Amino acid sequence: MNFIPPDLAPASSEIFMLIMVCVVMLADIAAGESRRYVAYLLTQITLLGCAILTFVSFSTESILTFHGMFVDDSMADILKLMVYGTVSAVLVYSHSYISDRGMLKGEFFSLILFATLGMMVMISASHFLTLYIGLELLSLSLYALVALRRDSLMATEAAMKFFVLGALASGFLLYGMSMIYGATGTLHVSQVAQIIQSGASSKEVLIVGLVFIVAGIAFKLSAAPFHMWAPDVYQGAPTAVTLFIGSAPKLAAFGFVMRLLVEGMGEMVADWQGMLVILAVLSMAVGNIAAIAQTNIKRMLAYSTISHMGFLLLGFISADTNGYSSALFYVIAYVLMTLGIFAMIMLLCRSGFEAENIDDFKGLNKRNSWYAFITLLLMLSLAGIPPMIGFYAKFAVLQAVVNAGYIWLAVVAVLFSLIGAFYYLRIIKLMYFDDPETVEPLVSNSDVRILLSANGFAVLALGIFPQALMGLSFYAIQNSM
Amino acid sequence: MSFEFPLLSLIIWLPIVFGVAVFATGDDRNAELARWIALIGSVLGFLVAIPLYTNFDSATGAMQFLENHIWFERFNVNYHIGVDGISMPLILLNCFITPLVVVAGWDVIKERVSQYMGAFLVMSGIVNGVFSSLDAILFYVFWEASLIPMFLIVGIWGGPNRVYAAIKFFLYTLLGSLLMLIAFIYLYHASEGSFSIENYHKLAIPMTPQILIFIAFLLAFAVKVPMWPVHTWLPDAHVEAPTGGSVVLAAILLKLGGYGFLRFSLPIAPDASHYLAEMMIVLSLIAVVYIGLIALMQADMKKLIAYSSVAHMGFVTLGFFLLNAYGIEGAMVQMISHGFISGAMFLCVGVLYDRLHSRQITDYGGVVNKMPVFAAFFMLFAMANAGLPGTSGFVGEFMVIMGAIKVNFWYAFLAATTLIFGAAYTLWMYKRVIFGAVASPAVESLRDISKREFGLLAILAISVLWIGIYPFPLTEVMHATVDQLLTHVSNSKL
Repeated sequence: MNFIPPDLAPASSEIFMLIMVCVVMLADIAAGESRRYVAYLLTQITLLGCAILTFVSFSTESILTFHGMFVDDSMADILKLMVYGTVSAVLVYSHSYISDRGMLKGEFFSLILFATLGMMVMISASHFLTLYIGLELLSLSLYALVALRRDSLMATEAAMKFFVLGALASGFLLYGMSMIYGATGTLHVSQVAQIIQSGASSKEVLIVGLVFIVAGIAFKLSAAPFHMWAPDVYQGAPTAVTLFIGSAPKLAAFGFVMRLLVEGMGEMVADWQGMLVILAVLSMAVGNIAAIAQTNIKRMLAYSTISHMGFLLLGFISADTNGYSSALFYVIAYVLMTLGIFAMIMLLCRSGFEAENIDDFKGLNKRNSWYAFITLLLMLSLAGIPPMIGFYAKFAVLQAVVNAGYIWLAVVAVLFSLIGAFYYLRIIKLMYFDDPETVEPLVSNSDVRILLSANGFAVLALGIFPQALMGLSFYAIQNSM
Repeated sequence: MSFEFPLLSLIIWLPIVFGVAVFATGDDRNAELARWIALIGSVLGFLVAIPLYTNFDSATGAMQFLENHIWFERFNVNYHIGVDGISMPLILLNCFITPLVVVAGWDVIKERVSQYMGAFLVMSGIVNGVFSSLDAILFYVFWEASLIPMFLIVGIWGGPNRVYAAIKFFLYTLLGSLLMLIAFIYLYHASEGSFSIENYHKLAIPMTPQILIFIAFLLAFAVKVPMWPVHTWLPDAHVEAPTGGSVVLAAILLKLGGYGFLRFSLPIAPDASHYLAEMMIVLSLIAVVYIGLIALMQADMKKLIAYSSVAHMGFVTLGFFLLNAYGIEGAMVQMISHGFISGAMFLCVGVLYDRLHSRQITDYGGVVNKMPVFAAFFMLFAMANAGLPGTSGFVGEFMVIMGAIKVNFWYAFLAATTLIFGAAYTLWMYKRVIFGAVASPAVESLRDISKREFGLLAILAISVLWIGIYPFPLTEVMHATVDQLLTHVSNSKL
């Protein structure tokens, strides 16, 4: 039997990433304690290098390699570019936070890069096993990141919960995949789709498999009723890690859902639509209502994430290019807002002081009106108030839902987002209407200052000119279907 | 009429740009600079709006000063603006009120001046945007964005219970508008991919969706107007808001709701409007009569004026749903006139509040002895609020009653009770505050109004009298548009 070497070019950025992870690890050991910035800089260079590789090899059509297990298409490239940007911003935002708390170790950077690699594999997978490998690479790195402060009780507890529930979810997914394999005899996404379409497989087995897969996805997306881990992990993990967990993996999760449900099981849309409707409504209900009761800002944002994931799932329900591109736009907007708001929380932290409670936002307008303004933009955007980008994200998803004939669902969605508006307004109230409890000035490096200002401003500017990002999302989906 | 210069865009964006400039002056060390930039910006904003009136072609009901550019293609949303006889007077009113508000807050606001002044300027631009949008999404964006500055104004510079009032105001309004958004999205699909409001006017819609659309719009606009029974946010917001906030709220923001009925509910869902007209009329009459009685019992001056606003706006919605020319034109005049009168009334209360820091009627008495000039102005506005002939308050109410009598005598009868109740609550308050013996040492120490306050009240007094005596320039510009609207509404779209 002849061995045909696979075409490596479509996976060039992944290969580069893998090499660089090892380089970062070794370089950090060589550089030692005193020159930790080497690892930081190398990590940023790695992300830049990957971005260049992905950009140069941008594919306008689907290129399969590794015997059809790996795909490179427009959606994958665009998602990956977003992931690089997000991870890079995460590093800038969290640099001083982790160094203040003694977490500035080589492991931090290599784990983040491994997680990023996992996301890239997930996004580009066209085989159920590749999907699973990518997901596990991401998840295992995240478990370790959450437990990075091993002397913190909260963090270890959160890591334990995350790990146990995450492993359970992975088990669900694998079980579901094995069912699909049993019914179709293949694990290739495109072949699964063909066999389901031909009707040659047992519908019952497929549905059992689908249920498990959807449950696994819901776990990973933290959609209710599989959301229990999110508040604990968001609260327990160091804020820098929460920022990471809450941002880039959502982009990967979008790719994951696209590959599994849409490309693999698109023929069974009638079956998973109903499941997603339930997940979406429950997530919006649980997320928005439970968030009102929170006093811990990270916990509140965890519930807010749950509700946003519900909204994201709405985009999939309409099951057409319009809906998927709306969902992609939503997830990009969501990541942009999450980055900004967690960065703001880290900015409020000082050495020896963790900004954990929503009361830490009190009187921010009097302490620093510019940051208060940025937070105002972010909060209004999360609440979906125009002219912020969050509104257009909700608008795009809602129009897809209405287009699919689910007007009642759109009404439910806006009613829950009205409830949601309350707790975002509460933050604005604390910042603008209340007096500060401390007059300590906010200290930040200039790179954080510039990036955070740009981030907050982007929420407004992309809202006033949403065409480019909307067009990009549409292009990504249209070109990959 | 072709008018190459993007005048409307200038009217929308000039105040916003100045508002940002005011924000940029930073903290209170530059307060004086912030005040002057705000004043220049608001006066310029009014000056650039004047050509809108002078170049307006009142012979046509079509949209004028059109601008149309692609905003985002993905959903076929356009930056499409223009005005007709309904929106043009409202834009002028808004541009006219803004400088007054800036001047009213000149000495009174001492904390975070730049944010205060900036918020009013930005809001002025946003409101102009609401009135001139011809694209549903553009409209929605401006509509919701107008909440943000008002929320902050009430919340930051308001009274003791400001947080409750600000959040109530925001959530109430948001509830209504989110359902409106769904109606827009439905219309987008029904019209096969268009967000143009003028296309919606032509779109044929079956009865059931029409009623649902009408209800979605009703929730959005009824909260804004506010109609009974969703008016409860207004007294709270008014009482807690600083004087400038109350003025803008009453004079401008309530008009957004009324405008919405004319631009959306009536022309897009005419059959539902006819079908539900009686319900709307009943709701309006409840507002006129019942809220009028509530106003009578108020101990707080601002609350009293707030309730009287609800009653007067009840007249506006009543006029709309009579669906005849008198009714709609009368309601339009009433909206403009209410803008002047309620603004002036809130300014008057503000004058007193700045001196004694109390809004309770019982804390005053005998003010005329110490503030004769002020008492004279307050008298005029109180009379106008009660609908005295010769003031602008009379014109609108009279026209609406004329319209009502054509439809049903009892509608007119109940509506006319406002002339009694309005006079009762306004004049009784006036009597208790102004006349009588000097009530307390605090009243004894009152000083009469300053030049700044005199100027403000004089300008408003002239406007109130002018519309009361010679309303023709106002009614003239809206004739053609109202006629066209009525013809449109009388044709079924089923």
